[in-house]
Amino acid sequence: MAKMNLLQAINSALDVAMAKNDKVSVFGEDVGHFGGVFRATSGLQEKYGRARCFNTPLVEQGIIGFANGLAAQGSLPVAEIQFGDYIFPAFDQIVNETAKFRYRSGNEFNVGGLTIRTPYGGGIHGGHYHSQSPEAYFAHTPGLKIVMPRNPYQAKGLLLSAIFDPNPVIFMEPKRLYRAAVGEVPEEEYTLPLGKAEVVQEGSDVTVIGWGAQVEVIERAVELAKKDGVSVEIIDLRSILPWDVDTVAKSVMKTGRAVVSQEAPHTMAFGSEVAATIQERCFLYLESPVMRASGIDTPYPLAHEKEYFSDHLKTYEAIKRSLNY
Amino acid sequence: MAKQMAKDPQKTAVVTELQVIEGNALNIPMYQLLKEDGSVHKGAELPDISKELALKMFDTMQFIRVLDERMIAAQRQGRISFYLSSLGEEAAAIGSAAALKFEDMIMGQYREQGSLAFRGFTIEQFMNQLFSNAKDLGKGRQMPVHYGSAALNFMTISSPLGTQIPQAAGYAFGQKQSGDKTCTLCYFGEGAASEGDFHAGMNMAAVLKVPAIFFCRNNGYAISTPAAEQFAGDGIAPRAVGYGMKAIRVDGNDIFAVYKATQEARRLAVEENEPVLIEAMSYRMAGHSTSDDPTGYRSREEEEARRVREPMIRFRNWLVKQGWITEEEADAQQKAHKDTVLAALKEAEKVEVPNLDEIITDVYAEPTEALKTQLEELKAHIRKYPDAYPNTSGGVK
Repeated sequence: MAKMNLLQAINSALDVAMAKNDKVSVFGEDVGHFGGVFRATSGLQEKYGRARCFNTPLVEQGIIGFANGLAAQGSLPVAEIQFGDYIFPAFDQIVNETAKFRYRSGNEFNVGGLTIRTPYGGGIHGGHYHSQSPEAYFAHTPGLKIVMPRNPYQAKGLLLSAIFDPNPVIFMEPKRLYRAAVGEVPEEEYTLPLGKAEVVQEGSDVTVIGWGAQVEVIERAVELAKKDGVSVEIIDLRSILPWDVDTVAKSVMKTGRAVVSQEAPHTMAFGSEVAATIQERCFLYLESPVMRASGIDTPYPLAHEKEYFSDHLKTYEAIKRSLNY
Repeated sequence: MAKQMAKDPQKTAVVTELQVIEGNALNIPMYQLLKEDGSVHKGAELPDISKELALKMFDTMQFIRVLDERMIAAQRQGRISFYLSSLGEEAAAIGSAAALKFEDMIMGQYREQGSLAFRGFTIEQFMNQLFSNAKDLGKGRQMPVHYGSAALNFMTISSPLGTQIPQAAGYAFGQKQSGDKTCTLCYFGEGAASEGDFHAGMNMAAVLKVPAIFFCRNNGYAISTPAAEQFAGDGIAPRAVGYGMKAIRVDGNDIFAVYKATQEARRLAVEENEPVLIEAMSYRMAGHSTSDDPTGYRSREEEEARRVREPMIRFRNWLVKQGWITEEEADAQQKAHKDTVLAALKEAEKVEVPNLDEIITDVYAEPTEALKTQLEELKAHIRKYPDAYPNTSGGVK
């Protein structure tokens, strides 16, 4: 075990994967010698050479199109999109190509080796274009897997699973926690399952569901609720596509109440899917409607970031609304 | 001029000897008038520029250099969150803006503060944007340096790279249709020229014959990525030929060459509806932004070698030799800018953040009912926890 921040855990996962399988390569804007704008790929070019860790021209649609081709050829590309906000030029390649490669060819071809890494989320004074949480756009696309880790330990184990999973995975990294989240992480290889949620804390009064950086926000909200004598069960989805309906349903059937806390704008964020599924699966167990704490339905602002943000206080209030309905 | 037609295979010249055209078959020379020391190349014809205009260009250049230096320091002090300097590229921005008519639209990338200043954006306006305060024209919504002003015909900056290139084609098409004899000048970097939007915009502009000038600042770096890892071949200018578009390569650090190149491009765009691609060769002496440290990807030796070609010294030397300014006057001007910038900074810092009500305006032309409800809920929440939202709680009644 070693103390690592989230970036170091990502770097360690890439290092382990590249050492294990020489078909793993890492590329994107500035990821080469410089090691990426956040330094997630530091030292990899020096260690594995320019053919396996390299800068690409500045073209997201090109990076993902190239990665699709490389994956179709049998490699295991790990393509970096520098910010989740800049993934949209590659939307066509991801939604129409990555996601459908296997299905449209009757499994003659696939791009299952592909992993797309991208930082997402706010809280860093990034304004519209360095703060968005675009997971819901991609969650609407069958054929993709989407993973969002909450801390360094989770990040390494989930990224290693993503790289060697036989399906294309979008791996969204909470950049607010890149350096802020520090924890014990094994230096060797280990994996954590995709598509499986984790009960982070057991409780009996209400289930609060989140993913990625929002889990830390939920934990702060739960501290406030605890002072009120409320016992909260916290679930980290970890994967939002496919997502672990059974773990969530089981918990909500136990507690009778559910709250989703999410960073993205309220309307059509992934919490909408979670809430709809909970009412389908747990209707007779529910003591109150599923409550949501979300960003408001505007572009991500700069000066009003604090007000916009779905913070621990808004999550705490959602928990109270659920309890006092 | 012959009307351009789609290639007719029957009219293509036929050869029986296999010809492979080299990738660097077009080697476009760089247009330069001023040498690095400010002397004029023999036989070079300087643009017809008045003393007044030349001094305005120089004054803007000095102002931008002072502003950039001061705001980098302000970011280091934690007074603003982010900054992006145009150090070393001032001539490309200011020389090109000076060659336009005020009515022409400018679409920037994010390193053309010199153009905006030349247009008349005030130090107060710069500062209000940089501090995201209530007086910012952009209502404090975007990161620092994402300026914009409808009154100055300068489209608001967007961070995603290259998106303005096809937009420039569309805007210019509208200008052509309106018959008002204006054009659009679109700035971008050699890195952004790798984006798909570059291809889309260039091709559409050429096919639809729009009055647009595509102005590429080739400063050698896209964050850490050197131009050698960005493209193979002879840079950006030759690409225009592939689209059937006119191209100019100019020394971006020679303000007179930039001015003249842009003047001619504007004539072609407006008079002949011929879009033009200008590639201005320069060097990003600054880091990409305050978020990166160039020592991680390039050597001090390289930086020093490029410093001698920077644009301000040569322009200043020329002006002094011309007798249009003295060294003392130039120094005094710089000092005055320093004082003005610092005073404006201190002033803007004191201005409050935009009113919370602005959080929902401009999402649509009118806020939706759902947004109004969200705002009311947000205000109720802030009233409950005023200490957690100190920037706005005072204004929430």
